[in-house]
Amino acid sequence: MKRALGNILPPALVAVLTLTAWEVIVRLRHIPEYLLPGPLRIAAALKEDWPTLYPSLLQTLAITGEALLAAAVLGGGLAVLLIQAKWIERSLFPFAVIVQVTPLVAIAPLLLIWIQDVRLALVLCAFLVAFFPVAANTALGLQSADHHLLDLMRLYGASRWQVLRFVRLPSALPYFLGGLRISGGLALIGAVVAEFVAGTGGAASGLAYRILEAGYTLAIPRMFAALALLAGSGVLLYALLSGVSYLLLRRWHESAVRRDGVAVE
Amino acid sequence: MALPDPNVRDGEPVVRLRQVAKRFASGTEALAGIDLAVASGELLALLGPSGCGKSTALRLMAGLAEPTAGSVERRLPDRHAVGFVFQEPTLMPWATVEGNVALPLKLLGVPPAEIRRRVAERLEGLGLSGFARAYPRELSGGMKMRVSIARALVARPRLLLLDEPFAALDEITRWKLNDELLALWQRENLTIVFVTHSVYESAYLATRIAVLSARPGQIVGEIAVEAPFPRGEGYRNSEAYLHTCRAVSTKLAEAIGEG
Repeated sequence: MKRALGNILPPALVAVLTLTAWEVIVRLRHIPEYLLPGPLRIAAALKEDWPTLYPSLLQTLAITGEALLAAAVLGGGLAVLLIQAKWIERSLFPFAVIVQVTPLVAIAPLLLIWIQDVRLALVLCAFLVAFFPVAANTALGLQSADHHLLDLMRLYGASRWQVLRFVRLPSALPYFLGGLRISGGLALIGAVVAEFVAGTGGAASGLAYRILEAGYTLAIPRMFAALALLAGSGVLLYALLSGVSYLLLRRWHESAVRRDGVAVE
Repeated sequence: MALPDPNVRDGEPVVRLRQVAKRFASGTEALAGIDLAVASGELLALLGPSGCGKSTALRLMAGLAEPTAGSVERRLPDRHAVGFVFQEPTLMPWATVEGNVALPLKLLGVPPAEIRRRVAERLEGLGLSGFARAYPRELSGGMKMRVSIARALVARPRLLLLDEPFAALDEITRWKLNDELLALWQRENLTIVFVTHSVYESAYLATRIAVLSARPGQIVGEIAVEAPFPRGEGYRNSEAYLHTCRAVSTKLAEAIGEG
């Protein structure tokens, strides 16, 4: 409890101070709201525009979630495939790197032309930026298994599947989860970038479209409200993935174990 | 159960190395033609300076490496007849003590009920009963090594290979585990080969000591240790023990080239 409070209090204090300063400066200097609205005005816009912002938020989160799920499954799967043989890694890995280093904004228009279903195209875009950290990290983890443990598996004539199940996959779990945490943020960014490129309107459009729309109509408070929702989603996503990682690793991995009462004699 | 008489080599060797040489891909020559037979029921120490290829010899015996020249003959009923204890405890950090010890049996496809029974029996035998649900990181170095030994023995091997298993432990824990190893060897009719760089450890434990030279390793001498079992504090203070230590030290000095 005390620990949790210690973790939350400092950033909360910084947030309150920053927001207060922001509000005060905006009011004292009479900055017009189409340049920089104060936090209170943004909060009001958030409340006012909630009926349009909320469905957009859900839309963007759905795309992010689906892309992240696909990245976890396919990225992890690709990693398992890559470590099966050196030649597989050599033949496939360069292409994974090419996909990773090509800027999404450059490929997104093409994908949107090719794929009729806009929503599917958006998920694919977000997936393309999100899958690499999972795949690369997981591959590294699978290869970082203790070689003495691998010797032990050989000693008992373990099958390839047994080695994967009993040694390689558990060894890779912390790496996989680390990759997933990076991919979470990237999936959200990917979804927003793709939405910007798509620029589709209508009820089912995401937060990026709300930002574009607000920009065209100079509804700057609403733009900030959409931004706040995006930032909040990113933080929540990161916290969620960190929580999952903690729950899965807390009994054994150095990254999650609290350093007290270590040895039992 | 009758105690095995260490001075009687009952029958065929369990493992025989004939003119075995090993050169690594890097070009390092680890072993240069060694002949060594491990008799059933003996407790053989491989003693030598650091990096002399002792561990390589052990890995060859286990079938974890192939010789570059010569042959390794193994007379063992099946693959789980070998237990191996590494220098480090080499436990799976994500599994409990129980889970770690159960691993060999799981790999061999033993039914779950049987696994539970045999793991419990092993943990009991090594004083680990209270720690079945603990994770390796919660254990001290000595306890981790016990888990590693329990794992090596759970599939009831005939040949137990140990690669400097207690090198990283404090002296008291080390002597204690040495005594437990001796007790296990007597109780279970095991054949043991262990690698060490400690003259005292080899003289205390072994029925025979093979001394290896610096790399590339060659056997420069073999010393039979005739002292009866069980050995204990009495043996460690005896003239015979000191005599063995002196003989082994002389051989080792020769091996390193200071003879």
